[in-house]
Amino acid sequence: MLDDILRILRLRAGMGRQTVAWPDGPVRLPERYRGRPAVDPSRCTDGCAACAEACPAGAILDAGKSTMRVDLGRCTFCPACEEACPAGAIAFGKDYRLAARTREELVVSGDAPLLAAALDERARRLFGRSLRLRQVSAGGCNGCEAELNASGNVQFDSSRFGVQFVASPRHADGLVVTGPVTEGMRLALLKTWEATPAPRLVVAVGACACSGGPFRGSPPQHDGLPGVPELSVDLWIPGCPPHPITFLDGLLRLLGRLEGGELRVETTGVVDR
Amino acid sequence: MGNRVLEAWNGIAVDAREIPELPVGDFQQIVSDVVAAGGRVTSMFGTGAGGGGVLVLAALADDREGRLGLLSTRVERAWPSLVPECPSLQGFEREIWEQHGVRPEGHPWLKPLRFERGASPGGEASLPEGDAASSPIPGAYPFFAMSGEEVHEVAVGPVHAGVIEPGHFRFQCHGEHVFHLEIVLGYQHRGVEALLEGGPDRRTIAVVESIAGDTVVGHLLAHLDAREALAGCQPPPRALALRAVALELERLANHVGDLGMLAGDVGFLPTASACGALRAEFLNALAELCGNRFGRGLLVPGGVRFDVTADGAQRLADGLERAWARAEKASDLFFGSPSARNRTDGTGVVTREQALALGLVGPAARASGVSRDVRRDHPSGLFWFRHIPVVTSDRGDVFARAWLRRLEGERSIEFVLRELRKLPGGATRVACGEPAPGKLVVSMVEGWRGEITHVAVTGESGRFTRYKVKDPSFHDWFGLAMALRGEQISDFPLCNKSFDLSYCGHDL
Repeated sequence: MLDDILRILRLRAGMGRQTVAWPDGPVRLPERYRGRPAVDPSRCTDGCAACAEACPAGAILDAGKSTMRVDLGRCTFCPACEEACPAGAIAFGKDYRLAARTREELVVSGDAPLLAAALDERARRLFGRSLRLRQVSAGGCNGCEAELNASGNVQFDSSRFGVQFVASPRHADGLVVTGPVTEGMRLALLKTWEATPAPRLVVAVGACACSGGPFRGSPPQHDGLPGVPELSVDLWIPGCPPHPITFLDGLLRLLGRLEGGELRVETTGVVDR
Repeated sequence: MGNRVLEAWNGIAVDAREIPELPVGDFQQIVSDVVAAGGRVTSMFGTGAGGGGVLVLAALADDREGRLGLLSTRVERAWPSLVPECPSLQGFEREIWEQHGVRPEGHPWLKPLRFERGASPGGEASLPEGDAASSPIPGAYPFFAMSGEEVHEVAVGPVHAGVIEPGHFRFQCHGEHVFHLEIVLGYQHRGVEALLEGGPDRRTIAVVESIAGDTVVGHLLAHLDAREALAGCQPPPRALALRAVALELERLANHVGDLGMLAGDVGFLPTASACGALRAEFLNALAELCGNRFGRGLLVPGGVRFDVTADGAQRLADGLERAWARAEKASDLFFGSPSARNRTDGTGVVTREQALALGLVGPAARASGVSRDVRRDHPSGLFWFRHIPVVTSDRGDVFARAWLRRLEGERSIEFVLRELRKLPGGATRVACGEPAPGKLVVSMVEGWRGEITHVAVTGESGRFTRYKVKDPSFHDWFGLAMALRGEQISDFPLCNKSFDLSYCGHDL
């Protein structure tokens, strides 16, 4: 018995501190991590659409024109466009902050950071110190679900911010929706939303929930939450899947608990670019 | 099998016209004889190809000889069900019924596989009105029910308590005792196969990477093996090594994660939190290679997109070695704890006979004493030259499925470290052309859940006229249903996690 306890304590001591330094310290990311792409149409040659032709998600709008934009809600953050572009007009950077309050804000040019605006004061009073969320996977591939689970593990530890996933919508302050909203899950999603007491938040997580992602246009799904007008989305978090810190950054900014635009990223230094 | 089936191998394209088309009776006789002799059906599906009726293609697997047999037949509105003698065909017959309206007469429990018709009204399926498959959503369906004093039903899902995918579980219980569990899936159906048809195109890889987001490398490797076979492309050795490393990293991440989740399900928190964190070390290793924690973007036609320097590979290997050493210690605590073992030992048993009859694959099969592993039986890529020992257990319980993950992790980490420290030189990528027309290829990969099978058929223009995907969960969900028989309903989460099957991989 004592032996068992000692073995457990030894393991615990050997693991050291697991929780990431963020938000007080920098985010540690691999050298090859792809975050917010910088979009610079001034580098484009007129008539070139190599990026759009390579993009699996139809995320590049007005390719090769001065109005070129990337719809991060569709983007799977694969490097195909960057690889195809001969001029470096699209370059993925390390900015992991990707969340926005409106779907339109996810359509970007330039390289200004995406910093989600906070809720109004009343909502911040209600949710700011304790936010209980119910997750609904509506056709999610288990990529976003895995990262949402990870956001609660000892490394990212969402509960240190008072953010937790709960088992019932009755206990929840809002829904986190993943997946392109399959026809099979549409009714269950709406019923879960109805079962959540108002006032309630809706957070769309991942390319599928933001736009249908790789499944956009496929008949058995609804192109994500834009295809479910019954639900009004408070926070859009793109990515395929978004990193747990991208998810937490979006939530904390929404709750008014994280402000400022300084980007602090360290690379792990394991594998070079 | 003689000349009535076309001999083929994993990842080798054949001329689609050479596949014999047999009368239904002969086709079914051969399938049934092969299954009775210990063979397997690794894929069976309908195609809407011209000529009237539905052309059904079957790929039979001879695991001992490492070869496949291809045959086909043409069916109209119905055919006799083989399921009473070959239960492992249950999913294939239901799928062909649902996708093409061919009713398997005498199927013991005919129900839709994923309720596709409701999902795509006006789609190609043309089932008679009132047929169970015409139900608009999964779950609105007459379940198998029992009656009697104090017998009651428990319904769980599609929205579950945890952060997991949707499915519906219907238990027939007497108190805590479970007589029967029926599983209904289909909530996740996104139309994967239809999106792949007409490809390959720029969307194809993104769709394949999202068949199951926890098996990105496994499914994409199956797809690329098929595509390269069709194009006559041979990726260079360095690419094969990095692909195999990625496949095993995916296995390690999921096996370590599962050990943590199993510990969590029995309330053994030291292992749950340690393995939850250590799983990330393996995901982060994938992100070191390609920027994405799930390996998205790493594999491309003709090889891999990213290379790694010798120093980088060495640092990666060193970190992985340390992570695995800690994962071993963390799981030892769990396996050595009498209170945890009290929950896992003898719980949720699937016998070897059941596993064979249901055609289980992957850890679910190996934990029940069925030695089957695509990496050994039907090798492709690096597994032609480098072998990973296959682990089995004869217990078939939750403990066996957990312990197997630990042992498989041990074999995988040895392999990964050896490869990373001694990567072959040369290029990581060669040009891959377009698929040749009129071909068919069966491509199998041992993903972390078991055998992934993709079958690609190209038409005259070299585009996919049919693209069939089979995730290991297609077979293994039935194993979970059997594991629950006679168990306590409170052990369901534990049993479910010991299989850890894919909903979206099944639902496509």
